[in-house]
Amino acid sequence: MAAQDFTSCTNAGPITVTVEDGKVVRVRPLVAEQGDFRPWTIEAGGRSYSPPKKFNLAPFVFSERDRLYSQDRIKTPLKRVNFDPGPAGKRNPESRGKAGYEPIGWDEAIEIVAGELKRVKDAHGPSAIAAMTSSHHNWGMVGYKMSAFTRFFNLIGHTPVLDNPDSWEGWHWGATHSYGFYWRLGMPEPYDMLEDALQNAEMIVFWSNDPDTTRGVYTGQDAAIWRQWLKDKGVKMVFIDPFHNYTAAAMGGKWIAPRIGTDTAMAMAIAHVWITERTYDQEYVKDRTVGFDEFRDYILGKQDGCPKTPAWAAEQSGIAARTIKALAREWASRRTVLSAGARGGEGGACRQAYGTEWARMMVLLQAMQGLGKPGISIWGTSMGAPVNADVGFPGYGDPEGRISTTRAAVACPENPVTQRLYRPIVPDAILNPPIHWLGDGFCNRSLDQQFTPHTYPEPGCSEVKLWYRYGGSFMGTMTDTSKWARMYQSPKLEFVVNQDVWWSSETGFADIILPACTQLERDDIGEWGEPGGQTRHGNSGCNFRVVVRMKKCISPLWESKSDYEIFTLLARRLGVEAQYTEGNTDRDWARKIFEISDLPKRVSWEEFERKGYHIINAPEHRKATPGLRWFAEGRACDTPDPRNPKRGTVKARELGTDSGKIEFVSGSLHKVFPGDTQRPPMPHFIPSWEGHQSPLAAKYPLQLLSPHPRFSFHTHYDKHAHWMDEVPLHRVVKDGYAYWPARLHPEDARARGIENGDVIKLYNDRGGVLCAAVVTERVRRGVVHSPVSSAKYDPLEPGNPHSVDRGGCVALLTPGRMMSQNVAGMAPNSCLIEVEKWNG
Amino acid sequence: MTRYGMVIDVERCTGCFNCFLACRDEHSGNDHRPVSAAQPDGHSWIKVREVERGSYPKVKVSYVPVPCLHCTDAPCMDAAIGGAIYRRADGIVIIDPDKAAGQHGIVSACPYGAVFWNAAENLPQKCSFCAHLLDDGWKEPRCVEACPVQALVFGDLDDPRSDVARLCAEKRVEALAPKPAELPPVGYLGLPKFFFAGEIVLGDKPDECPEGVTVRLRDGKQTVTAFTDNYGDFEFNGLEADAEYVLSIEQAGYKPRELRVHTGADPNVGTIVMEPAA
Repeated sequence: MAAQDFTSCTNAGPITVTVEDGKVVRVRPLVAEQGDFRPWTIEAGGRSYSPPKKFNLAPFVFSERDRLYSQDRIKTPLKRVNFDPGPAGKRNPESRGKAGYEPIGWDEAIEIVAGELKRVKDAHGPSAIAAMTSSHHNWGMVGYKMSAFTRFFNLIGHTPVLDNPDSWEGWHWGATHSYGFYWRLGMPEPYDMLEDALQNAEMIVFWSNDPDTTRGVYTGQDAAIWRQWLKDKGVKMVFIDPFHNYTAAAMGGKWIAPRIGTDTAMAMAIAHVWITERTYDQEYVKDRTVGFDEFRDYILGKQDGCPKTPAWAAEQSGIAARTIKALAREWASRRTVLSAGARGGEGGACRQAYGTEWARMMVLLQAMQGLGKPGISIWGTSMGAPVNADVGFPGYGDPEGRISTTRAAVACPENPVTQRLYRPIVPDAILNPPIHWLGDGFCNRSLDQQFTPHTYPEPGCSEVKLWYRYGGSFMGTMTDTSKWARMYQSPKLEFVVNQDVWWSSETGFADIILPACTQLERDDIGEWGEPGGQTRHGNSGCNFRVVVRMKKCISPLWESKSDYEIFTLLARRLGVEAQYTEGNTDRDWARKIFEISDLPKRVSWEEFERKGYHIINAPEHRKATPGLRWFAEGRACDTPDPRNPKRGTVKARELGTDSGKIEFVSGSLHKVFPGDTQRPPMPHFIPSWEGHQSPLAAKYPLQLLSPHPRFSFHTHYDKHAHWMDEVPLHRVVKDGYAYWPARLHPEDARARGIENGDVIKLYNDRGGVLCAAVVTERVRRGVVHSPVSSAKYDPLEPGNPHSVDRGGCVALLTPGRMMSQNVAGMAPNSCLIEVEKWNG
Repeated sequence: MTRYGMVIDVERCTGCFNCFLACRDEHSGNDHRPVSAAQPDGHSWIKVREVERGSYPKVKVSYVPVPCLHCTDAPCMDAAIGGAIYRRADGIVIIDPDKAAGQHGIVSACPYGAVFWNAAENLPQKCSFCAHLLDDGWKEPRCVEACPVQALVFGDLDDPRSDVARLCAEKRVEALAPKPAELPPVGYLGLPKFFFAGEIVLGDKPDECPEGVTVRLRDGKQTVTAFTDNYGDFEFNGLEADAEYVLSIEQAGYKPRELRVHTGADPNVGTIVMEPAA
């Protein structure tokens, strides 16, 4: 039979899928006609820069076929063997995590799940049903987590779980109070940052940022060549990270490795050098910022008698005072891009105790150098290519890009429940209510939204009795994650469903397991790299905008069904199918979303369907509007940032802070928490509550650094694509078992009798995790580098939450404590451990 | 006549493993006879070597992708029996999956570890440059298509207009060690070389980085000079293997320093403190 090609789009690039005899045989970067590409050109330094006519995938996408046919797929609906949902039946919740499963038919599975949804709702109201997704496991406007899933649960009513900005916490809870951009959750606008850097930058300081690993979140490896251009151009690069990260490996340059938890001290010492040597942009500070005098006095020690000198920071950070001074002087003397997290970064410094202070200092340092002036920016180096911002296509972050809220629907049911849970503390809420926290998770509506008080259970609402989990990554991605196992075994959860494509770390804690299919087995539509909403124009991390008709390449494997079909079956059983589907198939929804976008002005549905993709090239004649240049020059905002609330108003020259300027002393914090000593109105250096100086360090002397992984997307593609086990930087195979790597310094290894390749136990009072030792000079002494996001949770004693895990879920070790008293951000990189050779 | 070749630019390679994974996608479970049988787990027909040099904080990391080099004088062909390995007119060296069965000697004949043994099929296997795709009109193998930074450049070495021929003409393309007499069709740019790096501190000014201090490196034949940068760091690159050097540091007003260094040792000579002359 002849091969047939289908188009699709993953969370890290568009693909062409070749099918032969009903079987996928090849997955490659989307094959587009060369004539469809019209590459942009950036002129800089007498050279023209244009991207090649191709799409650059993240590595794991090449294992899509392996993941599709994985033996780790959930193949049929399953019921826990000792779970009896009958009125008199025993449910045995304590055996979740250890009891086995038996296959059941779809009819029985739907009957049990629909029956439990109805029973719990009738008895306790809809607030007793909680439903929670994982992030990013697929792509497409119909299948994405806020779409088919949310439409169903809004229809029946439920307690939603608020997401925390787990990848960039400090920017959300801190930097917003310095420069606004709450509508971007603390990340600056990315417009034309590549052109600005190529034309103007002389140096890039990558501070806790590894863009070659995090890849602009969704944009694959399109930006890798930008950094090569900058390197070839002779732009000097400095890397500040306790781990000599992969971008540093690729680029070369100066590596500075402070102790974890001391980056803020280093940043303050840099400010000290600039203040004492008067090498900051005094005019900019005067005109564009507020509160500098108070900040200056703090840095000079006039408030607390402690000048924040390089010598002071050297004591904290372990970096010589001379090195900090040299960096400060070089930074002030060159046009310097600060590449410090914020989309494409997401390193450890913003996800630790008091990470708000570091993120705010990043903004304030660049304010002292004239943030927004040519070559002086905050830029992750993975967004900001020339882009056509006039052609609209919704992302999952836009109401129109979800079938739960889109105007393409006749009606969108609204969830009647006001109660909320909060992701990092769901187990605490279930096990030990009541609990309280501040903020609505992703707070993109105002600065004040971070201060919204929440209580669970909410007055008038029920505690959660039914937990509907979609995906199951949290043992590897949240903090202090053994509490999830304890939660699952609580009788308070009367019924637990898990719906997923593969067996993940939480799957085996469910009572009923429902097998979903991958996006290659259903119909959808999606634009590569564009989340929309609070990350509008994330597609500027791609060299070409491309909207893809994500085609059903093969029928769902085994007994799996699309999420949309599963929810349709449940809705049918509950008597609300017509409201759920409005008579649409998933392909119908894809077409409806196409119809409400700007694409019909450019291409017919039939042509789009035939070709499978549509490229939206950057305008031929374009005028660059670099991010924040307008602010630096005192002009009205001219960037196409649609959510900037002041854009197009009389306040268009202002930032999103209360004063409209960069705030060394934050008005929004001062207004609500003037006396907060842990996130004071003006940033302070505060020693970590779990750092090298903590008393606990006597028992657990090593600091665990667990940034995002390089070879998986959070947990996705790890474990489920066994080809990835053969990437030796991703997992280390020893005696037939693929261990998660933990990198440690040779002296730390030697002191513990550990050799490269040994199986070692990382442990503290919260848990123990087995990893493969990678002995390397790429970490500073006292630091163990082991990424977060193992998909494999493999406790040596299944069902015992305190068991040592062999899978590599280092999140078991990280503290559950929130960043600071009023900041509900997680802080996994404030984690003390000890390591020993495992002889088990 | 087409003569296929590849230049691998190690300076550009970021170690993303796209090449390895694209190769796996093309070959796992996919039989492309006559040029290749299906690739089993455990094979790396293009293997990315991670090379770490130096010590904290003067560390360099390189990634060196190694496919079959399709050697001009291929040792595997000598080891093969009964025509199990042949060179096509376009230069691609092919292990015939049918004739090579049982010939384990082919694996050990390769000095680069580029031939792998398939125990289940009793077969030696390796990279074919995706010959089945080239024969089908493709311009490049899967690994090259997958590379995000054009670190792998593929084409016709005999076509002077091809990128690969231009690179060979313009740059110093090298052979991977152990170097054969003749450069194989797969050559390298930027292979990791020996280096020395260190930091200079002035004993009476430990809180300032001395910029512009003269550092000289000499062997029996010649002397190269470097100056410390704004961090007081210096670096010498591209040195010979297994060689003895003398590193000397001079700064007006300070006692000169000299130390013997060897390229087999840690290239990070560490922090060298210069004491005032008087």
